[in-house]
Amino acid sequence: MTRTDGTSSVTPVVSAVKVGKKFGGHQALADVTMDVMPGEVVCIIGPSGSGKTTFLRCINQLESFDSGGLWLDGELLGYRRVGEALHPLSDKEIARQRRKTGMVFQRFNLFPHMTALENVTEAPVQVLRRRRDEVHDAAMLLLDRVGLAHKAGAYPSELSGGQQQRIAIARALAMQPKLMLFDEPTSALDPELVGEVLAVMRDLAASGMTMIVVTHELGFAREVGDRVVFMDQGRVVETGTATELMNDPKEARTRNFLKTAFTRG
Amino acid sequence: MAEELDIARLRHVRRPHFGRIAAIVAILFVAFLLVRAFAHGKIDWATTWEFLFWPTILWGLFNTVWMSFVCMAVGIAIGLACAVAHASTNPVLKGAAIFYAWFFRGAPVILQLLIWFNLALVFPTLGIPGLFEFKTVVVITPAVATILSLGLNEGAYVSEIIRSGMLGVDRGQYEAAKAMGMTNGTALRRIILPQAMRIVVPPLGNEFIGLVKMTALASIIGFGDVVRSAQDIYYSNAKVIELLMVPTFWFLVVVTVLTLGQRVLERRFGRGFGTGGAR
Repeated sequence: MTRTDGTSSVTPVVSAVKVGKKFGGHQALADVTMDVMPGEVVCIIGPSGSGKTTFLRCINQLESFDSGGLWLDGELLGYRRVGEALHPLSDKEIARQRRKTGMVFQRFNLFPHMTALENVTEAPVQVLRRRRDEVHDAAMLLLDRVGLAHKAGAYPSELSGGQQQRIAIARALAMQPKLMLFDEPTSALDPELVGEVLAVMRDLAASGMTMIVVTHELGFAREVGDRVVFMDQGRVVETGTATELMNDPKEARTRNFLKTAFTRG
Repeated sequence: MAEELDIARLRHVRRPHFGRIAAIVAILFVAFLLVRAFAHGKIDWATTWEFLFWPTILWGLFNTVWMSFVCMAVGIAIGLACAVAHASTNPVLKGAAIFYAWFFRGAPVILQLLIWFNLALVFPTLGIPGLFEFKTVVVITPAVATILSLGLNEGAYVSEIIRSGMLGVDRGQYEAAKAMGMTNGTALRRIILPQAMRIVVPPLGNEFIGLVKMTALASIIGFGDVVRSAQDIYYSNAKVIELLMVPTFWFLVVVTVLTLGQRVLERRFGRGFGTGGAR
């Protein structure tokens, strides 16, 4: 751990310090600073284009950033510090850092040429070099955990959106990540399928998994989120417990967003 | 009202297909004319039949087939390397791949065959001076010149086919693979290329079939393919058309087998995409 703020002896799972990113002239992220503690569920809400997805993608380095720094489990992400300069890590080292995070995408991104079970065993076998038969039982347990053990042999194209997303969650968990990232996991689902995915996420939160969830589901954020972060125009506008932020927002922008979001939904 | 209640009782008649019937009649008529023409034409089918399994012909067929497979293997190896290089973020690799495709797609195959075969005129010896050296005329046999020219040429076409397959794979697939800690190589091998194969197999089969027939060009530099074998025979017995029908038959056989092989591969790589295949 290279960073000490003196407030806590527990290492945060994620520690972001003044993370900034520009897309051309557009400031996608500006001075985003936050800590996520072990076991915490943080929900990031905000209008589209507010940078919440970009920030999430920075944490597993699908997106690069131009300023500031990110630590995962005490390890600086993407760079090695040499004196006063930060040198970028090699692709291999970045791949190794990514193993600690599991990512769930809006559009599932299951591997269509593999069965549900193969999707779950793929990374442990190919990345962690574990034996397939040894991984098999753990994968079946994970499929059972998301309620889809009976679909182990099915291809993604044969599954509903809700089922695909639950498989995607099992696939991410197969790497035994320290942190789960969810990028609008229910936005691409038919309304009647949202519940089954949220139920799996609720169980996961209850099991003590550290989670960062970018979501439009304010009800879920209120119920499951330990903390809610409201972002707008690349900045963290306001952070608080779910009840604080949703019932008694301090900032006018948060109030406006919640008002339109609730009247719309 | 009465009619509306009645409607469930009525029989649904199928749409008649007059176009299909007309097409069948037209095809049968043309086929009849063709068969009649060849039956009465000055062609001695007994000679064709006699030479169909002639040892020289079968030897030529064997050469055609192995040469096609070797050139395709060289083409796929080069094509894969070039497609991956083209997709790379390294501008030097990308530039090299673009230059390669430009050069080998640009020059006619027959010229490439002649240039490779006559390489000895430019470089009388090949090798690293002091370490090892060979006389070019000894190394560049007709077969070697054919492998080099057709294989290198094929690589340029195959690279574009594989590249189009890679472009056809959703970006989310790269992201999902990377997000779980895969390196670029593993992601390509396990996730991207298997999905690209589904898109790549039909044009690749097309390319292979084209290549099988392109090997016939190698007869001009003295490679003993099946066309060359047939020519050697009709030079002595003057049964030109009869002998040309022999390689025609064999090419159709080889292409039929390859077409069936392509169907098998399409099913194999179509798994999970609802385009047939194992369930």
